[in-house]
Amino acid sequence: MSSLKMPKVDRQTLKNKDKIVRDITAFTKHENILSEAEELKPYETDGLAAYRQTPMLVVLPENTNEVSKILSYCNKNKIKVVPRGAGTGLAGSALPLADCILLGLGKFNKIKEIDYDNRCVVAQPGVTNLSITHAVQDKGFYYAPDPSSQMACSIGGNVAENSGGVHSLKYGTTTNNILGIEIVLMDGTITRIGGKVFDAPGYDLLGLITGSEGLLCVITEVTVKILKKPDTVKAILLGFPSIEDAGNSVMEIISNGIIPAGMEIMDKVLLEATNNFSKAGYPLEAEAMLIAELDGTKSEVEELIKKVAEICKKNKCSSVKISKSDQERAKFWSGRKAAFPACGEMAPDYYCVDGTIPRSKLAKVLREITKLSKKYKLPVANAFHAGDGNLHPIIMFDANDKISLEKTEKFGEDILKLCVKHGGVLSGEHGIGIEKRELMCEMFNNNDIQQQINIKNSLDPSSLLNPGKVYPILRKCAEEGRLHIHGRDKSKFSDIPRF
Amino acid sequence: MEEINQNSQTSLDFNSEKFEPKDEVEIQQIIKYCFKKNLPIEIVGNQTKVDIGKKLQCAKTLDMSKFSGIIDYKPEELYITVKAGTPINIVREELKKNKQHLAFEPVNFSKLFKKDLNDGTIGGTLSCNFSGSRRFKVGSARDHILGFKGFNGKGEKIKSGGTVVKNVTGYDLSKLVTGSFGTLMVLSELTLKVLPLESETKTIIVSGLALEHALGVMGSAIASSNDTSGAVFYPENLRNNFVFNDLTHPGSITAIRVEGTKLSTDQRVSNLTKELVLEDKKLTILDSTQSEIFWEDTRSLKPLSNSDKNILRAVVPPSETVNLINRLKTFHPNYFLDWGGSLIWLELDYLSNQKIDQIRERILDSNGYLTVIKSPESVKLSSEIFTIDPIKFKISQNIKKSFDPKRIFNPGKMYTGI
Repeated sequence: MSSLKMPKVDRQTLKNKDKIVRDITAFTKHENILSEAEELKPYETDGLAAYRQTPMLVVLPENTNEVSKILSYCNKNKIKVVPRGAGTGLAGSALPLADCILLGLGKFNKIKEIDYDNRCVVAQPGVTNLSITHAVQDKGFYYAPDPSSQMACSIGGNVAENSGGVHSLKYGTTTNNILGIEIVLMDGTITRIGGKVFDAPGYDLLGLITGSEGLLCVITEVTVKILKKPDTVKAILLGFPSIEDAGNSVMEIISNGIIPAGMEIMDKVLLEATNNFSKAGYPLEAEAMLIAELDGTKSEVEELIKKVAEICKKNKCSSVKISKSDQERAKFWSGRKAAFPACGEMAPDYYCVDGTIPRSKLAKVLREITKLSKKYKLPVANAFHAGDGNLHPIIMFDANDKISLEKTEKFGEDILKLCVKHGGVLSGEHGIGIEKRELMCEMFNNNDIQQQINIKNSLDPSSLLNPGKVYPILRKCAEEGRLHIHGRDKSKFSDIPRF
Repeated sequence: MEEINQNSQTSLDFNSEKFEPKDEVEIQQIIKYCFKKNLPIEIVGNQTKVDIGKKLQCAKTLDMSKFSGIIDYKPEELYITVKAGTPINIVREELKKNKQHLAFEPVNFSKLFKKDLNDGTIGGTLSCNFSGSRRFKVGSARDHILGFKGFNGKGEKIKSGGTVVKNVTGYDLSKLVTGSFGTLMVLSELTLKVLPLESETKTIIVSGLALEHALGVMGSAIASSNDTSGAVFYPENLRNNFVFNDLTHPGSITAIRVEGTKLSTDQRVSNLTKELVLEDKKLTILDSTQSEIFWEDTRSLKPLSNSDKNILRAVVPPSETVNLINRLKTFHPNYFLDWGGSLIWLELDYLSNQKIDQIRERILDSNGYLTVIKSPESVKLSSEIFTIDPIKFKISQNIKKSFDPKRIFNPGKMYTGI
């Protein structure tokens, strides 16, 4: 692991490991406690695979009462706990600590209730995002947030990271799509927040906990709202002579009162790479490409697709292709979804940055990223969730070259600083975790951060739940790493789409 | 006090009971002063919702209504940043110029509480988080706040969030302060998400349905692919509150709203009529102009605003509504349903603490919650206004302490001890 500072290791806890195992056996089955080196190995990292740390123990509880007893025990004995869902997170929020119990929620994998009358699903946190949609799709329903890792990531992890997806502009992120959660606090208290109703009275604890990256509580159940699938969905593929023209089109589409379900921009580097990879039929002569997806009733979608095409033509778009079937629409998206593996073909390593900027700054920020690419002599491919300003520049480098790695990290950091400088934020959907922890003071001052830490302390006074994440330990801006994947096949979950 | 005066050359009179700060410096000075002197402050805007929650008796009042104005509005970025005391109607007018709006339709309580006919301020609206008929489609006020600046109970300036929709950068404090009734922070600047105004609104009114049938119609409409944006039910006794040229049928009103382009709304009205098997029912389709009036009346609780009776607000899962209404019949309430049946506004002639407890118990049995909106002060004094259980009370108390350690902001407004 790099030199990123983590909370001080409690040697006494490590010395007591055998006793802790014996004690915890009273709370859960012995086979749910992993303590041997080879058992712990698979848990030493999450989706941010550049950082690794073997935990002291892994415990895989089977129900909420077990979670409560384990947390209460850890609280009394001052043992750190790191919660983990599917471990697909890209910011290192589930990175273990050397003296921690890694609390895996993998056994919480059941959908408990499908309630069509109240249009919601009650699921355990280890259920994958996509399986919620699979459970209700025969009746034409779906769960709206669709992070690209949705086939693997868990709904509990989605709540912890407030996951988004391609359709956030129209349908919101996790926080806008859940109704209730059951949680366990560090002292073992079990409580329910919300339920099957909107806007539970009192402080919005649901809003506070969503996106809190496992620092405030362990989530043991989630109630999500489900929506009826739109009648018609169509995608339109548009080529542009410049990224500015594509960006201007996005602005004009929104200014015209049209909110597409999704809008994605890719630059020339990425559209060529992804087209080579997935043969998606992209306009290779273009400098930038926009995919817009519109949904609604048939006549509405046709009307809006026509308007979008007109706006884009006015903004010099050079090619227009409208999906004629769901298969063709999926093909349009296939290249975009293959952004990571396609970059893996072009360089030994790639590194994906996640930040959000105001939509109007897309072209400007991209020009500055191009300048930085020249400055650092590292190629970059750009993908944007243009509708909501969430950008994912992918830097290509060779990690065997130490200078190249250092330059890449510096480059990524400069991009995030650019986001903040232009009125944006450090993370759109991957979270802060350990990855961007030291950059928090780019956005927040001491008071802002201290207020957040005060909230953490009010719920977990000994700071035992996922310490060392999100908030800088030394409260200074350091230069630390971000998502680094070495080669296509060596990455964790290399087979799931990422964007 | 003296040192604050010396350092900042303020014109504030700290002996005054009421402060009307003109800038953030003054807001900070007032809070720091009250923090130092342990003086509780009641934070108010236009006071349209001041009667909700417990009545406060604070040494000082911080009136934010003069701290008003639009700071930044970027229609193409879909956000507006305003000072907390900005009146909602000023914001609505500004947004309308660009065919945009606050999609969460903040409930206007001014008719109900016999205040001026204004909507209150943005700060007050966010602090109370009461949202209108579009709730099930677009979310409530808490889903439309992107970021804020404000001051905690020590007078420290705090910011959170930003101007963008996608943001996972630290805890989402914007949600936490929304609906906190001014007990956590004094908000100074708020950034809100805005959305395009749809060009057409159509309202399908089915007249004369019984409650159970109406709930079925509303549920099916929301669960269809027709993107409905409102579903309310007014029983027959409230029918006469609605006078429209096109609405000639007597009996209860079940109203379904669709918004979009003309082509789209026409198609959806036709789809819904078929899918909900409404062809042989007493149907009225309100056009955009009439629809606007109908939903504005709903937003301002017009049918319940003609008397001085007590008002309760219950929220339950829609599948529980029929059962709950039947169980509440013994209290003889007037009522109407919003949010497709999930939100029940109740009007009662007479209210006692015992009655509130009995009603609350039935609502909790239905897995919902109760908020007392309007009741005699004597009843409010010893009744729980917002439903809470002991565990969440303790969590809320801890959170309150982390923002406002001396409990100087609206102490007791939501709960005794918070």
